[in-house]
Formats: sequence, structure tokens, C-alpha cells
Amino acid sequence: MRGGGDMLDVEDLTVRQGDFAMTAQFSVAQGARVAVIGPSGAGKSTLLGAIGGYVPATGRVRVAGRDVTDAAPDQRGIAMLFQDGNLFPHLTLEQNVGLGLRPTLRLRAQERERARDALKQVGLGGYADRRPGDISGGQQSRAALARILLQDRPLLLLDEPFAALGPALRAEMLDLTSTVARDMGATVLMITHAPEDAERAADQVLFVDQGRVDAPRPVAEIMANPPEALRAYLGR
Amino acid sequence: MARRAGAISGPVAAGAVFGLILAALGAVAVRADWPVTFGAADWSVLRFTLWQATLSALFSVGLAIPVARALARRRFVGRGALVTLLGAPFILPVIVAVLGLLAVFGRAGWASQGLGLLGLPPLSIYGLTGVVLAHVFFNMPLATRLILQGWQTIPAEQFRLTAQLGLPPQTVFRTLEWPLLCRVVPGAFALVFVICLTSFAVALTLGGGPRATTIELAIYQAFRFDFDLGRAAVLSLVQLAVAGGAALLAVWILPPVLASVGRDRPVQRWDAGGVLARGLDTGWITLAALFLIMPLAAVAGSGLIGLGQMPGVVWHAAWTSLWVAVLSTGLLVALALPVAAWVAQSTWRGAEAMTLLGLAASPLMIGTGWFILIYPFAAPVDFALPVTALVNAMMALPFAVRILRPAIQQVLADHGRLGLGLGLHGWALWRIVLLPRIRPQLGFAAGLAAALSVGDLGVLTLFADAETATLPLQMYRLMGSYRTDAAAGAALLLLVLAFGLFWICDAWGRRHAGR
Amino acid sequence: MKYLMTTAAALCATAAWAETPVLKVYTYDSFVSDWGPGPAVEAAFEETCGCDLQLIGAGDGAALLARIKLEGARSEADVVLGLDTNLIAAAKDTGLFAPHSVTADYTLPVAWTDDTFAPYDWGYFAFVHNADMDAPTNFKDLAASDLKIAIQDPRSSTPGLGLLMWVKAAYGDDAASVWSDLSDNVLTVTKGWSESYGLFLEGEADMVLSYTTSPAYHLIAEEDASKAAAAFDEGHYMQVEVAGKLANADQPALADQFLSFMVSDAFQSIIPTTNWMYPAVTPAGGLPDGFETLITPEKSLLLSPEDAAAARDGALAEWRDALAQ
Repeated sequence: MRGGGDMLDVEDLTVRQGDFAMTAQFSVAQGARVAVIGPSGAGKSTLLGAIGGYVPATGRVRVAGRDVTDAAPDQRGIAMLFQDGNLFPHLTLEQNVGLGLRPTLRLRAQERERARDALKQVGLGGYADRRPGDISGGQQSRAALARILLQDRPLLLLDEPFAALGPALRAEMLDLTSTVARDMGATVLMITHAPEDAERAADQVLFVDQGRVDAPRPVAEIMANPPEALRAYLGR
Repeated sequence: MARRAGAISGPVAAGAVFGLILAALGAVAVRADWPVTFGAADWSVLRFTLWQATLSALFSVGLAIPVARALARRRFVGRGALVTLLGAPFILPVIVAVLGLLAVFGRAGWASQGLGLLGLPPLSIYGLTGVVLAHVFFNMPLATRLILQGWQTIPAEQFRLTAQLGLPPQTVFRTLEWPLLCRVVPGAFALVFVICLTSFAVALTLGGGPRATTIELAIYQAFRFDFDLGRAAVLSLVQLAVAGGAALLAVWILPPVLASVGRDRPVQRWDAGGVLARGLDTGWITLAALFLIMPLAAVAGSGLIGLGQMPGVVWHAAWTSLWVAVLSTGLLVALALPVAAWVAQSTWRGAEAMTLLGLAASPLMIGTGWFILIYPFAAPVDFALPVTALVNAMMALPFAVRILRPAIQQVLADHGRLGLGLGLHGWALWRIVLLPRIRPQLGFAAGLAAALSVGDLGVLTLFADAETATLPLQMYRLMGSYRTDAAAGAALLLLVLAFGLFWICDAWGRRHAGR
Repeated sequence: MKYLMTTAAALCATAAWAETPVLKVYTYDSFVSDWGPGPAVEAAFEETCGCDLQLIGAGDGAALLARIKLEGARSEADVVLGLDTNLIAAAKDTGLFAPHSVTADYTLPVAWTDDTFAPYDWGYFAFVHNADMDAPTNFKDLAASDLKIAIQDPRSSTPGLGLLMWVKAAYGDDAASVWSDLSDNVLTVTKGWSESYGLFLEGEADMVLSYTTSPAYHLIAEEDASKAAAAFDEGHYMQVEVAGKLANADQPALADQFLSFMVSDAFQSIIPTTNWMYPAVTPAGGLPDGFETLITPEKSLLLSPEDAAAARDGALAEWRDALAQ
């Protein structure tokens, strides 16, 4: 088996959308926290979308050694948070979180209890019966994280779910994400624009530029000695 | 991606409808004596049919746009009632609506009486004017509802953005509303065009003579008077081809849908504050409301007198109509949801055009075809009510698909990824995501189907015997034996029943529309 | 217990039904309606026949014939009641009908000799108007006036076809010019009788194509003497409604019995105030009060079924060309 300790293997992953083309080949070790950095339009979201099964692509994707290239998004062992639309506005928070346990939403009493516990864990103890429209953006992010907690997938993809939050709140959510991921033993790939976020919540950095994806490198190393394109992006 | 909603059931349901129509056409054609001639008179019939349908669709949709815009921008007491009332004309049996219209616009109508007081000659609407007027009465409210629904899919955020940028109304129109109209109007136009294409009694009664002959009348003549099945089959085919062509054209013009993401915030408009805009909107709403309410009031007025004179069979017929409507609405929902989901995600543009055929097929052709098919095996009369319910559902399908498709597209654009990631598919996807999100549209579609079914005479005339008469049929029977007052009473009962069913479904849908 | 009794009752009913021969009569809708002749006719015939008479409504006269043609030789119908003289030729062409053996002292204004179909009632087509109006006395007067008339389409309605034959029978080759003179008087053409009559009652049309007997309905049933029929001196075209026996009838003897019953007093006395037509054989008790107020045309017009069938297509084309201007 290739790369025994790797959680994610991406091999010749290619996406074509009109003039845009992206190719990626890399591996991520189990338990790693990888920040995906790059200019706007570089293909960061496309890359995560292709790994998650939302964007049609050729090549191979393996999660925990299992080939998931042809699997549906929910069958890949991946949980993903998007920039928006992570909650159904017409469902209560308990229902939204409960979906992580059971996509039929026919929850047993014990499962409802787990959903409420997960909400407590992200600091939304009294909010189980609220709907997303009734709570703040930060609270919505917490609720989405509570669902991730219950989904219990080995790989977590974050497509800037906290981009709309203020710096302090964003930092708080990143810490919460790290905690959640650690509790689950999950590997994390997160897109970010801010180098300080990468330094705060990631061990490695994956640099994406013009459809080209570099192999992940340790944060400290790459920040200390960024390649030309990254330096331009960071404005250093 | 084999588990998209409606990926399999959609084509199956649409194919079943298609098959039912083709089977009827085939059965008629097999029994026919060939060959059939299509003469100069037939061409002039075709020309008139197309011309009146085009004009009717143009006026219906053209007038619906400002009314829908006004209704989208204004909040006033009775707005909800007016929006619900928009469903009313459409469900009236033709003769009732025509008599209601004539009570207002006829030679002896209110408008003519008013002109008489001023010493002016009475109105004469017989001719193309009358045909178009009646078609606008029937279809403009429907087009308004369809366009209004489209308007409400523009997210509040976008209007907020335009307000923040201080864009003038013209720019708001160009950037937000025009693209929306491009998306909604061709479909509404095609729908109204196809409805008017199969018009028969309206065109004849108000058209003033044989120059107002439509294909549907020619089909009727071929079946009833000449019993020339070959001619009937050819004419039905011509009608299907024209309607299919129109549908394909509309779908072809239809630009790809740009799904926008909204947050379920109530829309507040900042761009409509001017005195002129307010005055115009008020004018449009008032005109539309008067145009709607006056003929309905005339129907209700003459009906009140006749209510006491209705024989008991009318109540029995009302009961029959009620459960045919319930059955038909159930069938419609079962057909429309998978088809709409399929059409919403299909890249094949013929998918939606296909559903329009249910409307373009002559009910008499379907009835006769299925009579021929059923007769060797069973007594067709035993199938009168199920066949009626099915045909009514088929007729309502194009409306339902047109109403549901944009809503489903929007839901999939907003929440499709999330549902996919959570493994929501099949029934769970419908139950947890789609149905709650499209509830207003589903309520509207179901209400329309129920009301249409109550008001429809359809295929039943061929199958029915005295026991299985529906309310409209019973009303026609009363009219046909001098019982005009009792018939007016039955018409009022029909109006109340159809409108009641429509209101129940529509209100159910809108109850949680704010969520 | 209640359930058992209901079931037993149903079983008994079924058993009784199984022993009784059933005669199936296809007719038009308004004949079987509660306010039509149907219920009384059924009761009267079942008193004497020891059978179950089933009257099955199938649209109007034209739809009735279409239904028989669709069902063909396998039809369950024993008798078809409700065709008119304009449909007889087409009905005979199907070869589905058998000769009848009915004889009666018909009080029709014309001699009846058809051996396949027997008449049960008849009427004159006429233009009905409000009694307070000066009505024209012939088609030429009508054409010269600025009165507006509502008529029915001969392609979808039996009275509409009747009017076509009326003008043809009265004017022959000049029919086309009569129609073009009339064209500015035609307010509109409707699909059926109900729509035209509705327009007339709403005050849209000054006159409507109907029957000389129409005022009798308003007079007798509504005690309203405000409607009248205009007497035309060219004569009035007749509508004779007929019934016939199907060659493949399951109950040929009962069918014959029904046709004989049809021209008897019991049936004929029901007709005037339920079907609002003249009975084919005036019953012993005479016509109901009110019928004496109706106009009696000096001349009765009627084309034979063969002539009517032969004239139809040409007359239809003349009509369409004249009115389509």
C-alpha cells in the first residue's frame, strides 16, 4: 500500500473548466493540519471541491488508502464546510446537527441527545430549537462545526467557512476547529487567505497558484523561505 | 451522479404522460380510414389558431409584467387576497367566465350601460378583440402569478446592494429585473400560447363566427359530426406539433438559469419610492383587480339567485367533482415533483417541452383514444372518473413543472452541495430539504391542479353516464334544459368549490413561506 | 350485524337483478337528467315490461352516434334514442341498426315512412325573442334589420345544422346569398345551444336560434310570458327526434316492446313538459295548457335524410364562406 501513514493521496487529479485547468499530485499524512494558500482564482476551492467529489475531475483520490475517485461525496470519508450554505435555514440547529448522524433525520432519543451534546460542546447549549436565521454568523459556524463533530469523518475540508467573521472570532473558530479535529483524530485541509491563520492552525502549507499545486511543506519552513510566487502573494 | 432527485422517476413520469398521449393518438389513427386531406380551409384554421394564440399570449404576458412588478414592490391591505384571487379566472368553466365577461363588457354589459349614459354606442367585443380579451382574462392572472414568483426569487441581498449603491430604478431594472424577466417570460409565454392554442369555445363564442375556427373545433367536428378519425388524428398531430414547436422555441430562447443565493430575508425595496412609480403601481394593481373582480362578481351575483333552485343532483355532482379533484391533485403531485426535479437538473432542453404536450393534446382525442383502447377489455364508463382524474393531472402538469422547476433549481443551488456531502438522497432529500423549501410553490401548483380539475369538463363527456356527472357537466346539463338560474347557482357552487380548494392548498404552501 | 344485513340486502338485490332482463337504451344527457323525461319514462316502462330499463346518457345527439360508431357491433346498447333526421343517413350507413315494426298514428306535420327509425317527438326551429319586440317575419326581413342573432355552429351542434338545412330548404341555390345578407346580423356563433341561449337571456343577442316550443318552457315552468318565437313565412324547418333498434341487440324483443311503448300515450304524454317538444303522437289528453299559445308555422320544411346528407357539405361550405367574410 502506497504511503501507509497517508490520510489523503491525490494522484494526477485534473480539473478543466473552460480555459482554466488544474493539476495536483500530493499526499497528506494522517493527523496533519494543512493550510491551502494562494491568490484568488488560483484554484483552491476547485481543488477542495474535486477532492470532496463536488467538482468533476480525472485522476485518483485516495482517503485512508481507499480509492474514492468514483464515490459520491458522502461516501468518501470526508466532511466539508463551505463559505456559506452549511446549514439548512428551515431546520432547527438540532436537526441540522442531527443530519450528521443520520441523513434520514429519524433520530432516536439517544441520537438527539448526542446532537444536543455536540451543540453544547461548541458553546450552543441552549440553542437546539433555534433556526439558523435566528442566530449570529459566528453561532452558525459553531453549529456547522457541531455537525462535523458528529459526522466523524477522518478528513475535514474547510473552504473558508469563517471568512465572514471578525479576526478575534475567526481565531476562536480556528482554535475550536483544531480542538474538534484533534478530538476526532481528523486530518484537516483548510483554505485561508491570512498567513497568520496558517501559522495559528496548521502544520503544513499547500501553495496553489494558477492551477498548479505544490506538495505540502511545513509552515515554519515555507514562511521563513517562501518561493517566488508565494512571496508575491504574501506581499513580502 | 445517479442519485440526483428525479433522475430516474422524472423521465419515467414524463415518459408515462407522453406514452398516454401517443397511445391515444395511435389508437385513433389505427381506427381511421386513410388517406386524409388537409385543405385550404384547414390552413386558414391553422393560421387563425396561431394568430389568436400569439396575440393572446402577447397581451396576457405583456400586461402581467407591470402588474407582477407592482405586486412585488408594494405591500398593502388585501394584497394576499388579491394574489390568491389571481388563481380564480383560470379555473372557471369557459361558458361561466364568458357570461361573466359579457356581463361587464358585452353589448348589454355594465361598461356599455355606462357608455349609454354618456350617449355613446355600446361596446362590441365580438371578433378577435373578444377572443383576446377572454384569453387575457383567463391567462393574465396566471402569468402574473408565475412572473411574481420569479420576482420573489431575486434575493433581498441584491436589492440591498442596489440601494446601497444608489442605483436609479432604470438601472435596477436593467441589472436585476430584466435578466429575471428573460428567464421567466418565455416560459410563461409558451404556456399561455399553448393554452390558447387549444381554445375552442372561447374562440368560437366571442370570435363571432366561422372565421374564428380553431384546430380544436376542427378536431371536435371530425370526431363528433364526421366521425372521421383519420382527420381527427391528423389535426391532433398538427396541434401537438405546433404546441411542441412553440414549447421548444421557448425553451431554446430560455437562457441558462443563474442561480443566486439568498438568505431567506424578506425583500425590502428601496428603488420604488418615487411618486410616479407609486402612482403607476397603484394604477396597474387597481386596473388588474377591477378586471378580475367585476366578471367574478357578475358570476357570483347571478349565482346567488339560482342557489335555491339547484336540484339535489348538483350536490351529488359537487361531491364527485371534489374527490376527482383530490385524486387528480394527488396524481399531479406524484408526477410533477419528479418531472420538475428532473427538468431542473437536465441539460436536455426538450425535457420541459415534453411536459407541455399534456396541455396541447386535445382532451377529446385522449378521451376517444382511451375509449378505443379500454373498450375491448372493459366498460369505459367504469373508468370515467379515474381517466378524468389522470387527464386533469396531465393538463395541470405543465403548470406545475413551470412553477416548481425554478424553485427546485434554487434549492439545489443553495443547498445541493450540503445535501450531497451529508448523503441526503432519494426520499430523505425530498423530505428534509426539497419539500420544505418548495412548499409555497408546491401549494400553488397543487391548488391550481385541484381547481382546474374541479372546473374541467375534459374527457368526461365521452365516458360519463348520469351517475358519474361532475359539477361542470351537471351545470352544462342544467343550461341545456333551460334551467339557467339553477345553472348559475351551480356555477357559483363550482366557483366556490374550485376556489376553496385552491385557497386551501395555496394557503398551506404560504403558511411557512417566511422560513 | 348491520353489515351482515346490508350484505344480505345487496345479495338479494343482485339476485333479483340477475333474473330480470336488462334493456339498455343510449340517449342524450338531458333525456336522462332528473328534470328530463328519463325518470318518468323508466318508471312507466318498468311497470309493464318486467324488465330493468337502463337509460345511459352519452352527451348530445351527435356524440351519441359517435359513441355507437366507436363501440361498433359489440355495443351493449339495445336501443338508441335521440338522433335527429340530419343524423339518420349517417346512422344507417353504419349498418348497425335493424328495421323496426312500430306503427302509430303520427301527428307529425309530415308523413313518416322510415323503416329503421321511429320518431318520438319533434319541434320547429325558430328564432326566439323578447315578446315586447317587433320580430321580423322572414329571413330577408331579418337580414335587412339591425337585429343581432346568436346561432349555433353547424359543425358542433344539431340546431346549428338544423338552421343550415332550414335556409337550404327555404332558398335552395340562393342560400349562399341569404347567408351573406345575414352575416352582419350574426352576433356570434356558439359551440352549442346552451351558450347561445345563455347569451340571449343575458341580453347580448336580440334573437336566438331555438325552437317554437321554447316560450312554452318559460310560460309553464317559470310562469313568464315574456318570450316569443318569430313566425317566418318561408316556413320552419323541423327537427324530428327518433329512436332505433340495434341489429346486435341482446334483447331484441324488449327493444321492439320499448319502441312500441315509445309511441304510446304513457310515453308521449311525458314528453311536452320534460323535453319541451311536440309529442310524435298527440296523447289522448291533448297538449298541456300553454302550448296553444305557441306559433304554428304555415309551412313545415324538412329534407329527407338522404337529401339532408347530400346537401350538408355544400351548405356548410356556403355558410362558412358567407360568414367568414
